[in-house]
This record gives sequence, structure tokens and C-alpha cells, in this order.
Amino acid sequence: MTKYTDHLGRPIVAVTGIGIVSSLGQGKEDNWAALTAGRSGIHTITRFPTENLNTRIAGTVDFLGESTAGATPLSEKLAALAAEEAIAQSGLPMDDFGGSLFIAAPPVELDWKSRFALDRTTIEDGETSYELMLASCRRKPLPDFFNTTQFGYIAERIADTFGTRGLPITLSTACASGATAIQLGVEAIRRGESERVLSIGTDGSVSAESLIRFSLLSALSTQNDPAHKAAKPFSRDRDGFVMAEGAGALVMESLESAIARGAKILGFLQGCGEKADDFHRTRSKPDASPAIGAVRAALEDAGLTTGQIDYINAHGTSTPENDKMEYLALSTVFADRIGAIPTSSNKSMIGHTLTAAGAIEAAFSLLTIQTGTLPPTINYDNPDPAILLDVVPNVKREAKVSTVLSSSFGFGGQNTCLVMGAEPVL
Amino acid sequence: MQNNKVLITGIGIVSSLGEGLDAHWNALVENSEPKLDATRFAPYTVHPLGEVDWNLQIPKRSDQRQMETWQRLGTYAAGLALQNAGIKENEALCATMDMVVAAGGGERDLAVDTLILAEGRTSNDRGVMLNQKLSTELRPTLFLAQLSNLLAGNISIVHKVTGSSRTFMGEEASGISAIETAAARIRSGQSTHMLVGGSYNTEHFDMLLGHELGGYLKSDGWAPLWQRQGSAGGGLVTGSGGVFLVLESADHAAKRGAKAYAEIESITSGQIRRGRDDLSKTVRDMIETAANGDEAPFIVSGASGAHAPTAAEKAALDALPGAAVRGVTGLTGHLREAQFPLSVALAAIAVSKGEAFGPLGEGEMPRDKPVSAAIATTIGVTRGEGVARLTRV
Repeated sequence: MTKYTDHLGRPIVAVTGIGIVSSLGQGKEDNWAALTAGRSGIHTITRFPTENLNTRIAGTVDFLGESTAGATPLSEKLAALAAEEAIAQSGLPMDDFGGSLFIAAPPVELDWKSRFALDRTTIEDGETSYELMLASCRRKPLPDFFNTTQFGYIAERIADTFGTRGLPITLSTACASGATAIQLGVEAIRRGESERVLSIGTDGSVSAESLIRFSLLSALSTQNDPAHKAAKPFSRDRDGFVMAEGAGALVMESLESAIARGAKILGFLQGCGEKADDFHRTRSKPDASPAIGAVRAALEDAGLTTGQIDYINAHGTSTPENDKMEYLALSTVFADRIGAIPTSSNKSMIGHTLTAAGAIEAAFSLLTIQTGTLPPTINYDNPDPAILLDVVPNVKREAKVSTVLSSSFGFGGQNTCLVMGAEPVL
Repeated sequence: MQNNKVLITGIGIVSSLGEGLDAHWNALVENSEPKLDATRFAPYTVHPLGEVDWNLQIPKRSDQRQMETWQRLGTYAAGLALQNAGIKENEALCATMDMVVAAGGGERDLAVDTLILAEGRTSNDRGVMLNQKLSTELRPTLFLAQLSNLLAGNISIVHKVTGSSRTFMGEEASGISAIETAAARIRSGQSTHMLVGGSYNTEHFDMLLGHELGGYLKSDGWAPLWQRQGSAGGGLVTGSGGVFLVLESADHAAKRGAKAYAEIESITSGQIRRGRDDLSKTVRDMIETAANGDEAPFIVSGASGAHAPTAAEKAALDALPGAAVRGVTGLTGHLREAQFPLSVALAAIAVSKGEAFGPLGEGEMPRDKPVSAAIATTIGVTRGEGVARLTRV
């Protein structure tokens, strides 16, 4: 008889659908082929002028009709494409998903194109002012602009398109958001609230303003030429992350429900862990204790020991600070074993997809388990001598992987880790 | 799976009515005149924040400077809630406390925006001008002071709440989901004690624009909540405020001898398609479920004043002839992300006192008999519906 509950008596969470869009392409197949070939999706920005900017590269998704339509339409489209692929793979009906929706979406404001357009409606009335723009809205509201400012809008559209149930949850835990969306889904299944959930991380928010904001915090790489060499996690000359776009989606189900409907199971979400940092708004506690706490919490939740992790899908942003802190955290938790666990960063190729990163990287982690191929960390030409990781340098590697740890760390003290495996922990 | 009782053991509120439980209860019982500012954002009226001594909950000036007003409001209210629950500065309890924050964002630099828009009227190359101005004019840390998840980040830094930190977004619905999820985690044993709430600062042109792009603001002065149909504009009168709750499992509260205001017995949430489904029927069904057979429920309504959803909620409430309804946003203004936390907080105070506060507006029925349960509602201006049932402990 199949056992449907895990080591703590909770419903086992199976993954039955995976969807990915990134600057490398649309869909799992294209993405996985590019990622394992060590190809970079990072390129010179063409979406907006880059004169006067220190950073002129990004991993934008430029191949969609919505790519120049603004952050909200693009984030929605990316989410919809990833969801569509995941639901199609799960075999569930495309317009009647019938479970909860958790979506990590970027916190976006009215974009400049819209602001300029709104100001233009007031040119006859006097000099530029918010009072005149408000007066213009009183005369003639702009529902399309309004929608782009509503944080609940994308979730409503996705819920409507795919027929999810209940009040969808839109969330942000900065660069850990995608992982949090998955964690919320896992928890809902474990509570028995939903037999299946759709968890999505999406981000199509690269714009002049968002880039400048990160740039002003000195977070971005300025090694613009050649663009594909800029993201170099764990390298000595790393100088910041590269902003990027994309979406990842997972369909997760209780094992019982997946088996009952004869679904093909792609892997298991074994554990989730988190720990908040109270040190600083953008910097991590120097002793990495919150990140350490998040990794340990994820292992404990999964019911696994450090010896049972075969591969680590690192956060690996390529900022001087993150990679150093992440190594401190991993080497503390895994001790002497850390150098023997392959640990690579997808961000060397797809850049930092911000709100989507945790979801996309969880999707890649599951593909790693399925295919037995470890994606490389590219641009690893100058290893940081203080970071003694096996980063799967530059070229993919074949290996049997039963269990993966995927970590996400973000501004605002956000630390979330996921453990995924080929088999449930009984 | 466990089935823990979920108790509210701490409440922190700051709004135009003042701060703390007594200030709010007294204003409700006396049905005070709302505190209004009709001039600063004319023709819009807002319920402005009174004087707040931020130092009381955010001791470091350097921390205060890193936050825009909505973040300060939330961090302040979170401190009040922790203090009220007797958890503040209890390192062990804060380090294991889980947090869900309902957050908006925004509060842009209006001077920079206006400068760029003005230049944009004559610029030959708007994109290049935008890059140049944003790069030189934006304050680097403003980004963090606006960023949604940084309210939670600031609460971690200032109050050392570090068990976990999640931020929900999506206007009123984020406040509903935040409390619903927090309660579900405690009920199931996924957490033992949680800090949950949100904040909203309306005293900012950019925040008002967020509503008015859709034409939702009332533009001809304040009017009683239930009597705004047909007035100029969209009916919404907004307020500034922050509301946080401490939720605990009954076991956890008992072990540390904490007093509870109320039990959260149930939360019902949903998101119908407003253009297609019947909102009034939906709200009525949700309230009937929450009333649990009580034909004379006490209902703290978070109705926003926005014409369509308020009319729908009013129709649902009118269909319950025995109900004693209190529309609280006539006094506080609509607090968006913090609205559901506010409705729940005020209902919890009534339940803990065992009595109703009197009618706040025309058509609201008096309630003299003791209150042992209360219902709290929040119906989003454009989406999201939530109803909570609270009972006396």
C-alpha cells in the first residue's frame, strides 16, 4: 500500500507540472537545453535607452509581444506562459484548475510611459502637478492605468484564466519571493486546504527606473562588455548581480490526489525553511546565522540530514556580499562535506530574475533530479580563493541526484530554502 | 494535524482617532466626530494621522529615516501590538515569532516625479532625460523606504521579530489573506505565535492617485458611510493608519499566562468576478456562514464607501434584519491593506468587553444585550472579500 504521509504525518507534496520562461527562451525544453549548454541569456538592453547608465545589460525577456508593454502586462504574460506549461504537463484542465493560487509578483508602480501620458492630458491646464493629474482622473478615469497599479490585478487575471479556487495570494519576499510562493503552496496542501496548488514566481519589471534604483544601491554589475560574462557567481572579480526576467510555475498536489488521478509525478517538495534577518535592510548578518537557520530549518522540515543532500542550487547572485555570506552559511551547515557537494548558480546564465528567481530555480532543481544533469556555473574563470565550492565550473556534469537544496536570500532579511527530491521522505 | 484554538492576544492600532485600544474604543462608544483634513488634498478629504511620537516604538532616528510614513506606521503599530501582548523585547518569543505583513508600497518622491514630468513636456529625448534625472535626483535609499517587503524588514530590525517574514500584496485582499493564513498556520500547528497586520498612509498625492486613476475617491467632502451614493466621485474616503495583531494558539497563550481578547473561530475569504457574479449574494452568504445560526449578529463592517461594493454589502446587511451593523470607516477612513486587520481588531475589542459600541450612522440598530461573538467584514474596492467570526474566550 502506498503511504501518503511524510515523516511528520503530513500529506506528501508531489510535483506534477513544471513551467519555465526566462531570457533563455520559453518552455522547459529550450531553457534546459540552453542552461545545460552553459549559454547565457544576458545581453545589452534594447528595451529603453541606456545612455547615462552605469549598467546597460540585463536578462530581459524580449521575445514576447508584451515585452515592451510595461511591467504588469509582461509579468502577467510570463506567469500565464509558465502556468500554462505546468498545467498542461500535469494533465489537469487548462481552464478549471480547481486549486489555490500563490503568486509572487513584482511590486510595481505606474510606469513612466503612463505617467507621461497622464501628464500630457493636463498640458492645457497648467504646469505639471499631481493636483492636475488627479483632476484629470476625476474628469476621465484611466482604468487600464489603474489596473497596472493594483497589486492584486495579475493574480486575478491568472485566477480567471486558469480557474483557480478561492482568494489568490500575491506575495513578495524580495529575492526569495518565488520560493515563498512554493512554500505557501506546500503548507496549504499539508493543512489539507487544497488537494492541488499552482505556485508561480513572475517578474517582467526591468525598466529604466527599476534598474536605476538597484544601481543606486550599488547592487548591479557594471561589467557591460561582453554582457554574457557579467554574471560570475563565486568568482573573485564578481561585482554585482544582473537584473533579469522570467517566470517559473509548479503544479503541486497531495500524493494521494496525484496517484488517484493517475498523474505522472515529477518529484517531491520535501521541505521548506525560513528565517528572517534583523541586521540591516540590504546586508546580511555577518555571521550568516539567519541563512544558516533557513537551511537547517529546510533540512529539518524535510526530515533529512546534511549527508543526504546531493546538489545545491545556490542563490549565487554574483554580488560580493551574497556569495561570501552564502558560502559561510553552507560551509557552516555542511561543514567538511561542502566541497564535495556540487553547488551551482543558474544566475550565471539567466541573471537574477528577482521575484521569479526562487520559482525558476526550484523548477531547474527538479529538472536536475529528473535528468541527472547538473547545470554549470559559467564565467568561472577567476575562482574566489575564499569560496571553496565545487561550483560545477563552466561545463555541465552528469550525476545521480536524489535530493536538492535550493536557497533564496533577499533584501529585507528574507531567507527561504527549499528541499526537493526524487522520492518522498517517509 | 492539530486543531488549535487561535486567539488574539495583542492589538496595536494607530489611526486618525489616536493610538491604542482605549482611544479607539472611546471614539466608537462616543461616536466622535471623525477627524478630517479637507484642505491639504482638496477636493479630497482624508482622515489624517494625529501627532505620533515615533520614538516610542522606533527608538533609533536612523531607523526612522530609512522608512517612508507607511513603513513607520506599520512598524509603530507592530510595536504597539507586541507591547500589548506582553511580548515586546522578549527576545526568545520574538526570535521564534512568525510574521505576515499586508503591504502596499509607493510614496514616491513627488518633487522628482514632477521635475521629470515637466522636463518631459519639452524634452527631445525623454528616455535619456529620464535616465539622467533618475540617476541624479533619486535618493538611493528611497527604493527601500517604498519597497513592499521592507515593512516586514523594518519590523525585524526594530522589534527583532525573526521567526519568519512574509509579505502579502494586493490591496484589501492582502490584509484578508494575511490574517487567514496566520490563523490557519496556528490552527494546524505550523506556527505557535504570529504577528500579522498592515498599514496605509493616505496623506500622499501618489497614494491618492493610486485610487483616483480608477475614479474611486469621493471628491465633495466627507459624508456618513452609508449615505454616499450619488455623491461626486467614487465614494471612497481614505484614512491613514496601521493595525497589527498578535495571534497565538490557546496552548501557547496559556503557557505564558497571556490574556486573550477573542478567539478567531473562522475566516471566510473569496474573490468573485465582480463583473459577472453577484457580490451582494456572495457577501450575504459569507456573513450567514460566519453568523453560524445567530439571527442577531453584531457586525463590524469595513465597507470602504466605494459606491458599488458598499451598496452590495449594504444590501446584504439589510437582508439580515436582526443584525447590529457598525460601519467603522466613516470614523477612520478606509485603510486599504490595513482595513481587514482594523475590522477584526475593533470586533475583538467589542468581544473582549462583551458589549457593542453604539450605532455610528443612520440605519444602524442599537445593541444592548451582551456581545459574545462578532463578525468583521472587508470587501475590497475592486476585488477580494473577507469575513471573520470572533468569539469570546
